[in-house]
Amino acid sequence: MNGFLNQLSLVGDWLTSSQQWHGPDGIPHRLLEHLTYSGLSLLFAALIGLSLGLLVGHTGRGAFAVASVANLARAVPTFGLVVLVVTLAGLSTAPVLVALTALAVPPILINTFEGIRGVDPDARDAARGMGMTGWEVLLKAEVPMALPLILLGLRVAAIQVVATATVAAYPGLGGLGRFIVDGLARNDYELVIGGSAVVVLLALVVQAVFTALRRVVVSPGLRAPASGP
Amino acid sequence: MRDGEPLVRWAWIGDHVDELAHYTGVHLRLGLLPVLLGLLISIPLGILCHRWRWAYPPTLTAANILYSIPSLALFMIFVRYTGLTERTVMIPLTLYTLSVLIPNVVDGLAAVPDPVRQAATAMGFSTVRRVVQVELPIAVPVVVAGVRVAAVSSISLVAVGQLIGQGGLGYYITRGLQLDFPTPIITATVLIMLLALVTDALLVLAQRLLTPWARGKGAAA
Repeated sequence: MNGFLNQLSLVGDWLTSSQQWHGPDGIPHRLLEHLTYSGLSLLFAALIGLSLGLLVGHTGRGAFAVASVANLARAVPTFGLVVLVVTLAGLSTAPVLVALTALAVPPILINTFEGIRGVDPDARDAARGMGMTGWEVLLKAEVPMALPLILLGLRVAAIQVVATATVAAYPGLGGLGRFIVDGLARNDYELVIGGSAVVVLLALVVQAVFTALRRVVVSPGLRAPASGP
Repeated sequence: MRDGEPLVRWAWIGDHVDELAHYTGVHLRLGLLPVLLGLLISIPLGILCHRWRWAYPPTLTAANILYSIPSLALFMIFVRYTGLTERTVMIPLTLYTLSVLIPNVVDGLAAVPDPVRQAATAMGFSTVRRVVQVELPIAVPVVVAGVRVAAVSSISLVAVGQLIGQGGLGYYITRGLQLDFPTPIITATVLIMLLALVTDALLVLAQRLLTPWARGKGAAA
């Protein structure tokens, strides 16, 4: 327990020293970089994953392809992919963003698809019976009922993007991972653990945002206990 | 990448077969032991959460919070206690598996039909014997589905451990970056994917062997 308190006080010292709060090596700048990488990748991935997932889920065509892609994607070592992209394309932000996006699409795609597929067929029939068009069935019946799974997919993707953006500091990208990677290179444990603490805080905020989102947007009738990672 | 360097230099792979095999072994150990440990933790916790439902939401929230912490940060937190050892990689990977395995154990147990449970009780099974001999076997397909997800993710995450010097095949990823030489990076990345997919296939096979009654019914996803 002593070690843990030491670690906490190290984090405290590091966080409160003023040099952490200014300049390109400061926390605000690194956090902004991190949020930019993660936010942009997640946005692109959501556009691709949601539209494809809704399409495949609603029409039922291409289900096998979606399941295979999702399975294969989980096996891709994110670290290897990011390092490979930097080795092949040189150190710039755009290729890494493409890699982050590619990694974030599958969880969004598969969960959106599963969510839409899993909608009670009776509810779908009822919607159709009320005279809804295909679009109305999708947007007014299927999507609201699939929301818990869609949000789960977005949350898993967000967690993965934030984690991979941290690792992307190793081949030289900015973001919060810089503190950890630079600290390791300089044998500066205070920097490593301070940087880790900021990363952990960001992860907790992401988790909290999705929990709150779930409370707000999911219909009360559907709120079962959350499952899945 | 240097000009004129081919994407993959096949001769390099031929020269490094023994070394690659060694790191593959290390990689499997680092990736799969955590899944086994995670299962050993998740089964009792899942049984408890199934019996006392109020314990389930907080347990799951804790597991999900652990899962959301990036591996690089979690490794660094454990470096203080376990040093730059394999344990520092395996402990966080074990913690990550919980967010998949615990809900699957609970869901698997919840899927046991009530008449089956009652029949076991009527036959004089004690609670413990009923859980171990009747409920857990019926839960196997759902639990294995979780183990598959956990194993595949765990194998692909091991590589990050290379940043503390314990990454199995991740060794070739950092090495390739340092040498500006894509062959080892591609080789390691493809090997890691293969390990994950073969493990996944073996788990499907294991499930078929563990649930002979489900065979031929087109059940078990």
